[in-house]
Amino acid sequence: MTDIPVTPKKALIVLGCPEAPAQQALAFHVAHNLKTRGSEVLIAGNPSVLNLLKVSDPENHYITNTMVLEKCIAEVVEKKRDCDLCVVFAHNDAAIAYAATMRYLLPERRLVVIVFGKDPGPLEAEINFPCEKIVDKAVHNPMQLKRKINEVFGWAVSRT
Amino acid sequence: MGCIENLKYEMILPLGASFKECREYAEKNFTEVWYVDPGYKLFDEYIIGLPPIALGIDEGKKIIFPYTKPCHGTYLLRIEDADEVERVRKTARKKK
Repeated sequence: MTDIPVTPKKALIVLGCPEAPAQQALAFHVAHNLKTRGSEVLIAGNPSVLNLLKVSDPENHYITNTMVLEKCIAEVVEKKRDCDLCVVFAHNDAAIAYAATMRYLLPERRLVVIVFGKDPGPLEAEINFPCEKIVDKAVHNPMQLKRKINEVFGWAVSRT
Repeated sequence: MGCIENLKYEMILPLGASFKECREYAEKNFTEVWYVDPGYKLFDEYIIGLPPIALGIDEGKKIIFPYTKPCHGTYLLRIEDADEVERVRKTARKKK
Protein backbone atom coordinates (compact mmCIF):
# COMPACT_ATOMS: atom_id res chain seq x y z
CA MET A 1 0.00 0.00 0.00
CA THR A 2 1.84 3.06 -1.22
CA ASP A 3 1.12 6.73 -1.76
CA ILE A 4 -1.78 6.83 0.65
CA PRO A 5 -2.90 10.43 1.04
CA VAL A 6 -3.66 11.60 4.56
CA THR A 7 -7.01 12.81 3.31
CA PRO A 8 -8.14 10.46 0.56
CA LYS A 9 -9.24 12.15 -2.61
CA LYS A 10 -11.74 9.41 -3.35
CA ALA A 11 -13.28 7.26 -0.65
CA LEU A 12 -15.56 4.28 -1.09
CA ILE A 13 -17.72 3.09 1.81
CA VAL A 14 -19.15 -0.41 1.40
CA LEU A 15 -22.08 -1.16 3.66
CA GLY A 16 -23.40 -4.53 4.69
CA CYS A 17 -26.88 -5.66 5.61
CA PRO A 18 -28.64 -2.86 7.54
CA GLU A 19 -29.95 -5.07 10.34
CA ALA A 20 -27.40 -3.69 12.86
CA PRO A 21 -28.47 -0.08 13.59
CA ALA A 22 -24.96 1.04 14.55
CA GLN A 23 -23.92 0.71 10.91
CA GLN A 24 -26.10 3.54 9.68
CA ALA A 25 -24.97 6.01 12.34
CA LEU A 26 -21.33 5.13 11.77
CA ALA A 27 -21.70 5.29 8.00
CA PHE A 28 -22.94 8.86 8.39
CA HIS A 29 -20.09 9.56 10.80
CA VAL A 30 -17.39 8.26 8.46
CA ALA A 31 -18.93 9.86 5.37
CA HIS A 32 -19.37 13.19 7.10
CA ASN A 33 -15.81 13.28 8.43
CA LEU A 34 -14.34 12.35 5.07
CA LYS A 35 -16.55 14.82 3.23
CA THR A 36 -15.74 17.74 5.55
CA ARG A 37 -12.05 17.01 5.02
CA GLY A 38 -12.43 17.25 1.27
CA SER A 39 -12.86 13.64 0.17
CA GLU A 40 -15.23 12.64 -2.57
CA VAL A 41 -17.29 9.89 -0.94
CA LEU A 42 -19.28 7.14 -2.63
CA ILE A 43 -21.42 4.84 -0.51
CA ALA A 44 -22.25 1.40 -1.94
CA GLY A 45 -24.75 -1.03 -0.53
CA ASN A 46 -27.91 -2.93 -1.29
CA PRO A 47 -31.05 -0.92 -2.12
CA SER A 48 -32.42 -1.21 1.43
CA VAL A 49 -29.35 0.20 3.13
CA LEU A 50 -29.08 3.02 0.58
CA ASN A 51 -32.74 3.91 1.02
CA LEU A 52 -32.28 4.07 4.80
CA LEU A 53 -29.51 6.59 4.30
CA LYS A 54 -31.41 8.64 1.74
CA VAL A 55 -34.54 8.86 3.89
CA SER A 56 -32.46 9.83 6.92
CA ASP A 57 -30.52 12.51 5.06
CA PRO A 58 -33.00 14.07 2.62
CA GLU A 59 -30.90 17.17 2.03
CA ASN A 60 -27.69 15.23 1.53
CA HIS A 61 -25.81 16.82 4.40
CA TYR A 62 -23.84 13.63 5.01
CA ILE A 63 -24.11 11.57 1.87
CA THR A 64 -23.66 12.70 -1.70
CA ASN A 65 -23.12 9.77 -3.99
CA THR A 66 -24.57 6.30 -3.63
CA MET A 67 -24.46 3.21 -5.81
CA VAL A 68 -25.92 -0.29 -5.67
CA LEU A 69 -23.21 -2.67 -4.54
CA GLU A 70 -23.31 -5.01 -7.53
CA LYS A 71 -22.87 -2.10 -9.92
CA CYS A 72 -20.01 -0.72 -7.85
CA ILE A 73 -18.22 -4.09 -7.82
CA ALA A 74 -18.72 -4.35 -11.59
CA GLU A 75 -17.21 -0.90 -12.14
CA VAL A 76 -14.21 -1.72 -9.96
CA VAL A 77 -13.66 -5.03 -11.77
CA GLU A 78 -13.93 -3.26 -15.12
CA LYS A 79 -11.46 -0.57 -13.96
CA LYS A 80 -14.06 2.15 -14.36
CA ARG A 81 -13.92 3.04 -10.68
CA ASP A 82 -11.06 3.50 -8.26
CA CYS A 83 -10.54 5.00 -4.83
CA ASP A 84 -7.73 5.90 -2.43
CA LEU A 85 -9.56 4.57 0.59
CA CYS A 86 -12.11 1.77 0.91
CA VAL A 87 -14.01 1.30 4.16
CA VAL A 88 -16.05 -1.88 4.53
CA PHE A 89 -18.60 -2.35 7.31
CA ALA A 90 -18.83 -6.02 8.23
CA HIS A 91 -21.11 -7.70 10.73
CA ASN A 92 -21.68 -10.96 8.89
CA ASP A 93 -19.83 -13.50 6.80
CA ALA A 94 -21.06 -12.02 3.52
CA ALA A 95 -19.51 -8.66 4.31
CA ILE A 96 -16.14 -10.31 4.93
CA ALA A 97 -16.45 -11.82 1.44
CA TYR A 98 -17.08 -8.33 0.06
CA ALA A 99 -14.08 -6.95 1.97
CA ALA A 100 -11.87 -9.75 0.59
CA THR A 101 -13.13 -8.93 -2.88
CA MET A 102 -12.26 -5.25 -2.48
CA ARG A 103 -8.80 -6.22 -1.19
CA TYR A 104 -8.24 -8.38 -4.27
CA LEU A 105 -9.58 -5.79 -6.70
CA LEU A 106 -7.82 -2.81 -5.07
CA PRO A 107 -4.52 -4.32 -3.86
CA GLU A 108 -2.67 -1.02 -3.49
CA ARG A 109 -5.39 0.98 -1.82
CA ARG A 110 -5.97 1.61 1.86
CA LEU A 111 -8.60 -0.84 3.09
CA VAL A 112 -10.21 -0.44 6.49
CA VAL A 113 -12.63 -3.14 7.63
CA ILE A 114 -14.94 -2.20 10.49
CA VAL A 115 -15.97 -5.46 12.16
CA PHE A 116 -18.89 -5.18 14.54
CA GLY A 117 -22.09 -6.90 15.67
CA LYS A 118 -22.95 -9.22 18.55
CA ASP A 119 -19.93 -11.47 18.12
CA PRO A 120 -17.24 -9.82 16.00
CA GLY A 121 -14.41 -12.14 17.09
CA PRO A 122 -15.10 -15.05 14.69
CA LEU A 123 -15.62 -12.58 11.85
CA GLU A 124 -12.31 -10.90 12.57
CA ALA A 125 -10.67 -14.34 12.53
CA GLU A 126 -11.93 -14.89 8.97
CA ILE A 127 -9.92 -11.93 7.72
CA ASN A 128 -6.77 -13.45 6.27
CA PHE A 129 -5.94 -10.61 3.89
CA PRO A 130 -4.02 -7.37 4.53
CA CYS A 131 -6.16 -4.53 5.84
CA GLU A 132 -6.64 -2.32 8.86
CA LYS A 133 -9.23 -3.73 11.22
CA ILE A 134 -11.42 -1.83 13.66
CA VAL A 135 -13.29 -4.30 15.85
CA ASP A 136 -15.92 -3.78 18.50
CA LYS A 137 -19.00 -5.51 19.84
CA ALA A 138 -21.51 -2.94 18.62
CA VAL A 139 -25.08 -3.52 17.47
CA HIS A 140 -27.17 -0.62 18.73
CA ASN A 141 -24.73 1.70 20.49
CA PRO A 142 -22.11 3.13 18.12
CA MET A 143 -20.10 5.19 20.63
CA GLN A 144 -17.24 2.81 21.45
CA LEU A 145 -16.75 1.93 17.81
CA LYS A 146 -16.93 5.60 16.88
CA ARG A 147 -14.06 6.31 19.25
CA LYS A 148 -11.98 3.54 17.67
CA ILE A 149 -12.77 4.79 14.16
CA ASN A 150 -11.74 8.31 15.16
CA GLU A 151 -8.43 7.01 16.48
CA VAL A 152 -7.62 5.05 13.33
CA PHE A 153 -8.46 7.94 11.01
CA GLY A 154 -6.88 10.57 13.23
CA TRP A 155 -10.18 12.20 14.02
CA ALA A 156 -9.74 11.74 17.75
CA VAL A 157 -10.01 15.44 18.44
CA SER A 158 -13.09 15.78 16.27
CA ARG A 159 -16.28 16.78 18.04
CA THR A 160 -18.42 15.32 15.26
CA MET B 1 -30.22 -12.47 -7.07
CA GLY B 2 -29.96 -10.54 -10.31
CA CYS B 3 -29.41 -12.49 -13.51
CA ILE B 4 -28.61 -15.71 -11.69
CA GLU B 5 -32.02 -15.59 -10.05
CA ASN B 6 -33.55 -16.00 -13.47
CA LEU B 7 -31.60 -19.17 -14.17
CA LYS B 8 -32.68 -22.64 -13.16
CA TYR B 9 -30.52 -23.18 -10.10
CA GLU B 10 -30.39 -25.70 -7.32
CA MET B 11 -29.40 -24.59 -3.83
CA ILE B 12 -26.91 -27.06 -2.40
CA LEU B 13 -26.21 -25.49 0.98
CA PRO B 14 -28.92 -23.74 2.98
CA LEU B 15 -28.94 -20.06 3.70
CA GLY B 16 -26.54 -19.06 6.41
CA ALA B 17 -23.64 -21.16 5.19
CA SER B 18 -20.36 -19.36 5.52
CA PHE B 19 -18.16 -18.69 2.54
CA LYS B 20 -15.58 -21.09 3.98
CA GLU B 21 -18.19 -23.86 4.32
CA CYS B 22 -19.17 -23.39 0.69
CA ARG B 23 -15.57 -23.72 -0.45
CA GLU B 24 -14.98 -26.82 1.69
CA TYR B 25 -18.17 -28.43 0.43
CA ALA B 26 -17.19 -27.87 -3.20
CA GLU B 27 -13.69 -29.26 -2.58
CA LYS B 28 -14.87 -32.34 -0.71
CA ASN B 29 -17.86 -33.33 -2.75
CA PHE B 30 -16.79 -32.88 -6.36
CA THR B 31 -13.90 -34.57 -8.09
CA GLU B 32 -13.44 -31.76 -10.59
CA VAL B 33 -12.66 -28.46 -8.85
CA TRP B 34 -11.41 -25.24 -10.38
CA TYR B 35 -10.27 -22.04 -8.71
CA VAL B 36 -10.91 -18.41 -9.63
CA ASP B 37 -10.41 -15.03 -7.99
CA PRO B 38 -13.00 -12.45 -6.93
CA GLY B 39 -14.39 -10.58 -9.89
CA TYR B 40 -14.47 -13.69 -12.09
CA LYS B 41 -17.50 -13.50 -14.35
CA LEU B 42 -19.90 -16.42 -14.17
CA PHE B 43 -23.34 -16.40 -15.75
CA ASP B 44 -22.78 -12.73 -16.52
CA GLU B 45 -22.23 -11.75 -12.89
CA TYR B 46 -19.05 -11.01 -10.98
CA ILE B 47 -18.36 -13.56 -8.26
CA ILE B 48 -17.61 -12.28 -4.75
CA GLY B 49 -15.54 -13.99 -2.11
CA LEU B 50 -12.32 -14.81 -0.34
CA PRO B 51 -9.78 -15.99 -2.89
CA PRO B 52 -9.30 -18.62 -4.10
CA ILE B 53 -12.95 -19.28 -4.92
CA ALA B 54 -13.64 -22.98 -5.54
CA LEU B 55 -15.94 -23.99 -8.40
CA GLY B 56 -17.08 -27.59 -8.63
CA ILE B 57 -18.03 -29.36 -11.83
CA ASP B 58 -20.68 -32.06 -11.56
CA GLU B 59 -21.56 -34.62 -14.23
CA GLY B 60 -19.40 -32.66 -16.64
CA LYS B 61 -22.11 -30.12 -17.32
CA LYS B 62 -23.09 -28.49 -14.03
CA ILE B 63 -21.24 -25.75 -12.15
CA ILE B 64 -21.26 -25.47 -8.36
CA PHE B 65 -20.34 -22.00 -7.17
CA PRO B 66 -20.76 -19.61 -4.21
CA TYR B 67 -23.08 -16.68 -4.66
CA THR B 68 -22.94 -13.98 -2.00
CA LYS B 69 -25.57 -11.41 -1.11
CA PRO B 70 -25.09 -8.81 1.67
CA CYS B 71 -28.07 -9.79 3.84
CA HIS B 72 -28.42 -13.48 3.11
CA GLY B 73 -24.85 -14.66 3.16
CA THR B 74 -23.47 -17.11 0.66
CA TYR B 75 -25.55 -19.58 -1.29
CA LEU B 76 -23.86 -22.60 -2.85
CA LEU B 77 -25.66 -23.05 -6.14
CA ARG B 78 -25.63 -25.63 -8.92
CA ILE B 79 -26.55 -24.62 -12.46
CA GLU B 80 -26.45 -26.79 -15.55
CA ASP B 81 -24.72 -25.11 -18.47
CA ALA B 82 -22.27 -27.12 -20.57
CA ASP B 83 -20.94 -24.04 -22.38
CA GLU B 84 -20.17 -22.25 -19.13
CA VAL B 85 -18.46 -25.42 -17.85
CA GLU B 86 -16.19 -25.38 -20.90
CA ARG B 87 -15.42 -21.70 -20.36
CA VAL B 88 -14.50 -22.39 -16.72
CA ARG B 89 -12.17 -25.20 -17.80
CA LYS B 90 -10.42 -22.84 -20.19
CA THR B 91 -10.18 -19.79 -17.93
CA ALA B 92 -9.98 -21.06 -14.31
CA ARG B 93 -7.00 -22.75 -12.68
CA LYS B 94 -6.61 -26.17 -11.10
CA LYS B 95 -4.62 -25.21 -8.03
CA LYS B 96 -5.54 -22.95 -5.15
